[in-house]
Amino acid sequence: MPMATHCSDRVLLNDWHVVADGSALPANVPFSTCLLGVDLSISARNDGAIRIVRADTGARVNSVQRYGFLWACLGKPERDILYIPEADEPDRHLVSGGSIAVKVSGLRAVENFLDMGHFPFIHTGWLGEEPHTEVVPYKVEITNQDEVLATECKFYQPIASPTARKGMIVDYIYKVIRPYTVALYKSNPLQKDRLDVITLFVQPVDEENCVAHPYLCYLKDGMDAATVRSFMQLIFAQDKPILENQVPKRLPLDPRAETPIRADAVSVYYRRWLRDRAVTYGAIPAHA
Amino acid sequence: MITLYDYELSGNCYKLRLMMSFLGIGYKTVPVDFYPGREHKSEWFLKLNPLGQLPVLEDDGLLLRDAQAILVYLASKYDPSNRWYPRDNPALLGEISQWLAFADGITGTASAARLHDGLFYELDIDAARVGAHRLFRILDEHLWFGEQEGRDWICSANHPTIADVACFPYVILSEEGGIPRQDYPAIRRWCDRVKRIKGFIVMSGVFPAGPAKAA
Repeated sequence: MPMATHCSDRVLLNDWHVVADGSALPANVPFSTCLLGVDLSISARNDGAIRIVRADTGARVNSVQRYGFLWACLGKPERDILYIPEADEPDRHLVSGGSIAVKVSGLRAVENFLDMGHFPFIHTGWLGEEPHTEVVPYKVEITNQDEVLATECKFYQPIASPTARKGMIVDYIYKVIRPYTVALYKSNPLQKDRLDVITLFVQPVDEENCVAHPYLCYLKDGMDAATVRSFMQLIFAQDKPILENQVPKRLPLDPRAETPIRADAVSVYYRRWLRDRAVTYGAIPAHA
Repeated sequence: MITLYDYELSGNCYKLRLMMSFLGIGYKTVPVDFYPGREHKSEWFLKLNPLGQLPVLEDDGLLLRDAQAILVYLASKYDPSNRWYPRDNPALLGEISQWLAFADGITGTASAARLHDGLFYELDIDAARVGAHRLFRILDEHLWFGEQEGRDWICSANHPTIADVACFPYVILSEEGGIPRQDYPAIRRWCDRVKRIKGFIVMSGVFPAGPAKAA
């Protein structure tokens, strides 16, 4: 049961959020969802036209379709949906990984996505394995586009991708683009100079529930779309019970609330970045 | 070569992967894009199973659907020890069949709740959870009384049977459907025993047992 908490963060109210995977929307049957604590009803007509209304007031909500997803903005859109340049490259699969609801704050889901330390323990035999547990130091910065960027991330992975045949050191780049949107760039096993991209659009259902909408931009070379999707789900479903058992369910922004280690540098930046941008929805704000 | 039409996140498919791992037999999988692709309702899949359900298994020209039916087949054909489905023990076979049907009930409740919570299936979630708790209470009591008699498994044998394999997946995944197992200590102990059977494998959402400690 979603908690009807009120969102007062302008940065979230006036931004676009994914509320459904367009390909999974039933035609002519309204689909109910919830964004920032507001119940929404989505209707898709046969001709593809979409209408989103608030269940409480009946007012129509701004909506657009992009990247195969349906987006909504509860307030006044202050900026466009983020641009993903890789989505313009014709030799990539552009598919939804399958939207999955998770009973935790979406900020926790973003943070988990940024974490390499858990690979050997949660994704054992896939994205990591003992004794290769060390997260070597990497760089974190805030870009001039106001994103959190982690570079020079390296990790040994037994099966890094659906086509990987043997273990390898994989290069990662992480980028938090919006408070509830994070992207991962990972070296392609065949074309080593190019990167596969997973962008995770997290829908804040309420403060303690979210829907993860992964958008996969994988090079087609040697890979079919269903396999990419299935790999994404395999990995994400390993994270799900861990996320759902995190306590507290909201992300604490007080630097003393949870003790980071060096491997958590990107998470430290992310929490500080949220704090500086006055994001409180889904968080436990730091006390001044 | 056995072919399993498979979906990673399906507990019913996991039953068969687990069984084949216990039996130590090889197989290949054909991944079916169950979600969000709904490939199990596609024309090609409905030819394999008109019910539009996973799993389906193909072996030697034989095409079988239904996880419980396939467990019966696999254990009957590939278990030389004749323990997982003891064909010469009518009483035990009766018990096993009883618990295979019970496993179907777990699918109809605990698995349904998980599909509702995680993948947006429209159904009566309260009824699904109440139904799962009712079955878990029955299973917990059954296992608790069994423990008092020195029995570790669901059926009256000193070894696990396919009934344990059939009931395990959607019990261990129940929290994803908002069904905690705190109130079922005998179920929790039984889950740990299943995880220590030689050949045990996990699926996404299931974790291996911790290192065993002497009591």
